[in-house]
Amino acid sequence: MHNDVLVIGGGHAGLTAAITAAENGAKVLLLEASPKNMRGGNSRHTRDLRIMHHQPTKVLTDIYPAKEYWDDLVRVTNGQTNKHLAYLTIRNSANNVKWLQQHGVCFQPPLKGTLQLGRTNAFLLGGGKAMINALYHSAELLGVQIRYDSTVTMLTLDENHFVEAILENGQTIEASALIVASGGFEANREWLEKIWGKIAKNFIIRGTPYNRGLILKQLLEKGAKQVGNPKQCHAVAIDGCAPLFDGGIVSRVDCITLGIVVNKHAKRFYDEGEDLWPKRYAIWGHLVAQQPDQIAYVIIDAKSEKMFIPSAFPPKTANTLLELAQKIAIDPDALLKTVHEYNASIQPGTFNHTKLDNCHTQNLAINKTHWARTIDTPPFKAYLLRPGITFTYLGVTVNDKAQIIMADDQPSKNIFAAGEIMAGNVLAEGYLAGTGLTIGAVFGRIAGKEAAQYATN
Amino acid sequence: MQPIETLHEAKRILKICNACRYCEGHCAVFPAMETRLEFQEKDLYYLANLCHNCGSCYHNCQYADPHEFQVNVPQTFAQLRKESYVLYTWPNFMGKILERNGLWVTLVTVMSLIIFMLLTPILIGQKTFLGIHKNGFYGVISHEIMVILFGIVGISALIILLISMIRYWRAIGLPPLWTIRIRVIKKAVWHALTVKYLDGGAGQGCTYPNETPSLWRRRFHHLTFYGFLLCFAATTTAAVYYYLFNWKGPYGWLTLPKLFGIPGGISLSIGCAGLLYLKWKADSPLIASKNTGMDIAFILLLGLTGFTGLTLMFYRYVGFVGPLLIVHLSVVMSLFLLAPYSKFIHAFYRIIALINYELESE
Repeated sequence: MHNDVLVIGGGHAGLTAAITAAENGAKVLLLEASPKNMRGGNSRHTRDLRIMHHQPTKVLTDIYPAKEYWDDLVRVTNGQTNKHLAYLTIRNSANNVKWLQQHGVCFQPPLKGTLQLGRTNAFLLGGGKAMINALYHSAELLGVQIRYDSTVTMLTLDENHFVEAILENGQTIEASALIVASGGFEANREWLEKIWGKIAKNFIIRGTPYNRGLILKQLLEKGAKQVGNPKQCHAVAIDGCAPLFDGGIVSRVDCITLGIVVNKHAKRFYDEGEDLWPKRYAIWGHLVAQQPDQIAYVIIDAKSEKMFIPSAFPPKTANTLLELAQKIAIDPDALLKTVHEYNASIQPGTFNHTKLDNCHTQNLAINKTHWARTIDTPPFKAYLLRPGITFTYLGVTVNDKAQIIMADDQPSKNIFAAGEIMAGNVLAEGYLAGTGLTIGAVFGRIAGKEAAQYATN
Repeated sequence: MQPIETLHEAKRILKICNACRYCEGHCAVFPAMETRLEFQEKDLYYLANLCHNCGSCYHNCQYADPHEFQVNVPQTFAQLRKESYVLYTWPNFMGKILERNGLWVTLVTVMSLIIFMLLTPILIGQKTFLGIHKNGFYGVISHEIMVILFGIVGISALIILLISMIRYWRAIGLPPLWTIRIRVIKKAVWHALTVKYLDGGAGQGCTYPNETPSLWRRRFHHLTFYGFLLCFAATTTAAVYYYLFNWKGPYGWLTLPKLFGIPGGISLSIGCAGLLYLKWKADSPLIASKNTGMDIAFILLLGLTGFTGLTLMFYRYVGFVGPLLIVHLSVVMSLFLLAPYSKFIHAFYRIIALINYELESE
């Protein structure tokens, strides 16, 4: 049976591509590695898309012009972005909400919540899984053939031209065009260990266990041009009690700026109050990864209670710091010393957690520059932190038709990419909330249209 | 699951929900949850009755089965709702009827059918029972007897219901009714009458029976509820005709009792059939298996009330007025008798929870 377009990966980008290809007249087969009830890759865990807009809408407040979007992108990536593709993404992001709504996805009114993203980001009603369910339904209505539990282990290329894909069970699938939307490699521990060494054993994978990067590896081996640094990944300090995979949003620990963070030797190692939390949380994964055993503890006292969204896991709680140290099995004397030194160095100030306030420490080797308050009011709480990887940046290079670029800098005529596997073209390091889904949406539509055109002509 | 276990499970799940909050746009439960960090028994019995079992937060949950967190809010809350019915019902020992409700509803219905069937022919004679009467079914059982019988049962049921509701009202910490602003009550009642929280949050509908949102559950609920109200209006107008104007039935096709009753009966029958169909099709994780008996028994009872009432209207053409009337009366009697001890009470628990929600939102 012949397929016009084969899509590998059933997350948001793959579904967008499959739906667009089907709407452009192609006969589409979509392969999803996971079983049906775990479908959708990391899109299951997403919540919002960053959208350029010139006037307030039902789901976005105020305006967010292209220039500001671009400036944000340059700031977080330190310029590690392809300007042409970035502007293509930014301009086309304006169509994302309408496209998704036309395919059964609902949004909620702008949030007033903690991250203050209601201006720049449109929030999915019910989150990523609701979106995924709607897109699968939409794809089915359009006649896209969907196969679950289908892992592609091998791609056959003939001079940069896709010929066939071979499944885990040995079956081969031919198609006129291929769209890869199979995500990054963050769930592939061997690969992570190759890059990070033994410490990768202690990383927690926040998303799907199915992003093993098999297709990414195949393409890079077969001459696709790499984008991004393999060592770059989005890593957050998450609750150390989270499961090894798929812990998602509930593993976040939002109280680092309110307390102090110590390693297993009870030593502080970074300024907890450097900047507002939304601007700093993405550095803490790497910071914790550099500590012994890749663990750390946030310690807060009763004053910080109810000032942050609680994690799903109960912290260790004690009425004295001594007891707390025993509960988390770190040297009590060392912890008491660290806390006493910290408390003694705090300068008078007016605490205000919503802005950069003037509560800070002085004369410490590592000062806390904002929101420094004494830790002295029981009960004391300690949250265990570990590095949690959300996604990786290594990917395949693409052009503005979403065609992947091969080592000779020529595009492959019938291999297209969308989503995390090519996100590094726009966002090669750093993090800007809601950009991942936006890249997936924009390149999903481009890839779907281009692949259908190629396959049906 | 025993009550303590369900409470424990609900607390476990809500810790996860409270850290996630992706569902906050779907209904009132999640915004209400977010204002709390700890969940006491009264909070859980409140939140459980605020839940309409629309399924959205299950089908859209990244932590639902097969995820190791095994989050299933609708099922846990359905179980908890039933436990709250048992807990607050008056008198306490009658909670047993709610525990095995499917059985009791069937038993009471069958018993009232048997009693009516045996007694009526004995009291009025075989010939009258099977005959055709110029004053319709009042020829079988007189208007006075029906009014006295159903009046006594209905008023008793109402009193019991009221006491149970006061118990629940107090248990979840609501202040006295007269201290609450009219605006709050109006909003809560409006959300109950429109079944707002079966709209999925953006009007797309709820994910019941499967993950694709649909408005059919809400439509069938409307058909059922407003069908029931129309039937009630038919009976009430008939009583007004009788007592105020001394107009005696049977009434013509273009009189109020008929104009209310016929569409009401049809609507109630279709609504209940639809709700039963959706329940039959529903993904099993949405259903708390121990509640199924209670839910199905109530829908069947309501549906039969509508359907038998409708049949009775056409008695002229089918004959057998006596038996038809007896079947209808038995079903209605069972509905009245069990009003405080069946799923009928969900409407009242729901309204109280909605009032609490609107009060908290002020």
